[in-house]
Amino acid sequence: MPPAFVELLQFLLSGVTSGAIYALVALGFALIYNASHVINFAQGEFVMLGGMVTWVLLSQGIDLPLAVLGAVGLTMLVGLLLEKLAIEPVRNANVVTLIIITIGAAIFLRGLTSVTLGKDLHALPAFSGNEPLDLMGATIMPQSLWILGTTALIVLLLHVFFNYTLLGKAILATSHNRLAARLMGINVNFVLLLSFGLSALLGAIAGILIAPITATHFEVGIMLGLKGFAAAILGGLGSGLGAIVGGLLLGIIESLGAGYISSDYKDAMAFVVILGVLFLMPSGLFGKRGTERV
Amino acid sequence: MADIRPSGYSKHRKKQTYTRRLGTRASPLQMLMSERVGGMLALLLVIAVLPLVLANNYQYDVAITIGINAIVVIGLNLLIGYAGQISLGHAGFFALGAYASAILTSRYGLHGALAMPLGALGVGLLAYIMARPILRLSGHYLAMATLGVGVIINIVISREAWLTGGPDGMYVPAMEVWGVELYGGQIWYWIVAAFLVLAIWISLNVIDSPVGRALRGLHGAEVAAEVAGVDTTRYKVMVFVLSAVMASVAGSLAAHFSEFVTPEKASFFHSILFVTMVVFGGMASTFGALVGAAVLTVLPQLLADFASYEHMILGLIMMTVMIFMPRGLVPTLSGLARRRGARR
Amino acid sequence: MSLLRVENLSIHFGGVQAIQDLDFAIDAGTIHSIIGPNGAGKTTLFNLITGLYRPSAGAIYLDDVQIAGKRPHDLARMGLSRTFQNLRIMMNMTAVENVMVGRHLHLNTNLLACMLRLPMIVRGDRAARKRCIELMDMVGLGADIDADAGTMPYGALKRLEIARALAAEPRLLLLDEPAAGLNERETKEIDDVIVAVARSGVTVVLVEHDMKLVMGISDHILVLDHGRKLAQGTPEEVRNNPAVVAAYLGNV
Repeated sequence: MPPAFVELLQFLLSGVTSGAIYALVALGFALIYNASHVINFAQGEFVMLGGMVTWVLLSQGIDLPLAVLGAVGLTMLVGLLLEKLAIEPVRNANVVTLIIITIGAAIFLRGLTSVTLGKDLHALPAFSGNEPLDLMGATIMPQSLWILGTTALIVLLLHVFFNYTLLGKAILATSHNRLAARLMGINVNFVLLLSFGLSALLGAIAGILIAPITATHFEVGIMLGLKGFAAAILGGLGSGLGAIVGGLLLGIIESLGAGYISSDYKDAMAFVVILGVLFLMPSGLFGKRGTERV
Repeated sequence: MADIRPSGYSKHRKKQTYTRRLGTRASPLQMLMSERVGGMLALLLVIAVLPLVLANNYQYDVAITIGINAIVVIGLNLLIGYAGQISLGHAGFFALGAYASAILTSRYGLHGALAMPLGALGVGLLAYIMARPILRLSGHYLAMATLGVGVIINIVISREAWLTGGPDGMYVPAMEVWGVELYGGQIWYWIVAAFLVLAIWISLNVIDSPVGRALRGLHGAEVAAEVAGVDTTRYKVMVFVLSAVMASVAGSLAAHFSEFVTPEKASFFHSILFVTMVVFGGMASTFGALVGAAVLTVLPQLLADFASYEHMILGLIMMTVMIFMPRGLVPTLSGLARRRGARR
Repeated sequence: MSLLRVENLSIHFGGVQAIQDLDFAIDAGTIHSIIGPNGAGKTTLFNLITGLYRPSAGAIYLDDVQIAGKRPHDLARMGLSRTFQNLRIMMNMTAVENVMVGRHLHLNTNLLACMLRLPMIVRGDRAARKRCIELMDMVGLGADIDADAGTMPYGALKRLEIARALAAEPRLLLLDEPAAGLNERETKEIDDVIVAVARSGVTVVLVEHDMKLVMGISDHILVLDHGRKLAQGTPEEVRNNPAVVAAYLGNV
């Protein structure tokens, strides 16, 4: 294999790995957006909680599967509480007010975590060791395979859920037309609650999967949340397929940009790309382009 | 067009309100109750009296920071509260203003009084160039784009250490006027106060003018404003640039006052803080913006006593105020007062 | 020469042909009505004329100047004004401020002058307010000058839209169902307003379902059905047109 190709492959592999994480976060944004038209800026804190709680449970001597289960469960509980206490009472408030509520929640959760779990950086052990695997000259960590596999599985499950179960269809119906859904007997508040629970689940899983690679920290959710939001917008807000494609694209572009252009500007790549895309396609790649009815 | 009034329509006109309705000069009492006269007088009074209360340098610092933040927030309120466009990246413009002053004075030896308008001009140009493509977007897409601009500015400032000092920040030389060094709270209090009064005066003027009505109109019913002849794109660009310039000027003031700048000034959190101040005080209220800036500047200072609980409490307060007063402090409280007055 | 001329105008949304191959002309100084069943394309036609939609094919001329594809605010400058079927009121402003937005083109909109509140801005606003109050009196809103638009009833808001459209001093005024949702007395008042406006030299184009109003005040009527022209002529001609009777009036 020519070294240039191996290098490219290496960048692509690491790009797809972080892209899968962005995709999970973006799916969380899309889920909540569809059910409530709220952009949940606390989505990144779900990611952070997943990683941090898993670390704490592990450090108490609990086995990894149980720790993961506990962290996911706790994060989901936080998601449900957030919806019940902070979103449902003001559901019809304007966009900016809702944004500030979720940001307030994010600041609160960060503060709570730093007070209870400390401000240190923690790395989780990789799920299947740190022996790199060889792929046509490039290396890939087993943890990356965990990330890609789990993400694929989740996407598959979500697909089945939304297309073949009554509950999933009810959520979709609510996102298309809340009033019509209510008239059809769908409990809209329950759908809203469910969307926050599901988003928290996705966020927590993303946070646990990435923690062995990037380590976890009470502020890790800020950048991950913003990039997940960028991925959701890139794909077109509210589109599930868009969120996945947007996340993967963002991860790959970021990795290639850092590798070939400047690693100093790795974190900026996502935002440069999103600005470029929005300038050319104001509704993202897969967003609905509606004509306003006058 | 004067003769097209069909007979009969002027009958139920109320005679007693005629003069007021035709917009002739308001009575002195009405003027005192208005924002532009009464509000400004009250503001000037507070500014004049406050130094008697401020006990030490620390309290001066807080007061000055309120003023600086308020200038940004008053500009941002024109954009968010009146024109209905969101920006999650205004800390970027604030930081650019601060760094323009820092770099132009320390590396190129320019006078601060020259660096500030140059910085504002540069930021205005940048905002103007970006505004057209950005303001085609709406809602969350606009939020994302402005957020992106802010984050990029933040990263550039952190990385280009040769120019900006990088993450550690850089010193800003003290400003001198006629051989006198402008240093300390007692001097900067009055400088910032002057800029604040100017910002509020401009904001009140703009809102109650053809430009302000165009801005509020495109917020309320964009299509109707467009059909009435308002070039909505032009006005969105105009208010975006105006708010960016105000943020830049405030940034310059902050740089010269604290004589130190850090990339933190451009952070996403800082942008969010500005927006929160707008919404907190009450959207579409100039004095609300001032109140929002004051409360959210003082609050973290008070919470500093709670040490590590500071952020938890700040987050909680942000959430509860928005949940129970979604319209913000000033409109909610003045609405309450009006209702109570009406009941009496 | 006609004030407004439409030639081979078509627009489609996806597969739906909303307006097909439409030709008509409107003379200055007349009241011109466009009628047709729901979905006939009346409001779409208004949106095309006022620049909110870009036609798929065809041309629109105002004074023989091609205007299709121009932006709405440019068309406003050329003397076009309109109201909306679904109210487009600025609920964040007072009633008179809504009308003053309609006056936008006649005011000094220099940002610096507004920032400094130069005397000419104050004078201009005072005159504009006076003029707008006259217009509000004219449409019967004399008691609601400084009311918050959000607190006004539907019928009043309909008239507020007309006052706002008139404030621009248009040459061509398009009214989209001005009488919809109004009671008989209010409809009569609107009727008077429209006639008065037309008499003052403004050309009025009306989309309306109230046949009594349409037949009573129109000089000329265009009947649309499924985006095509079904008939046109004086109220008398249209009333006696068998195709119209069959397709539309027969069901009234």
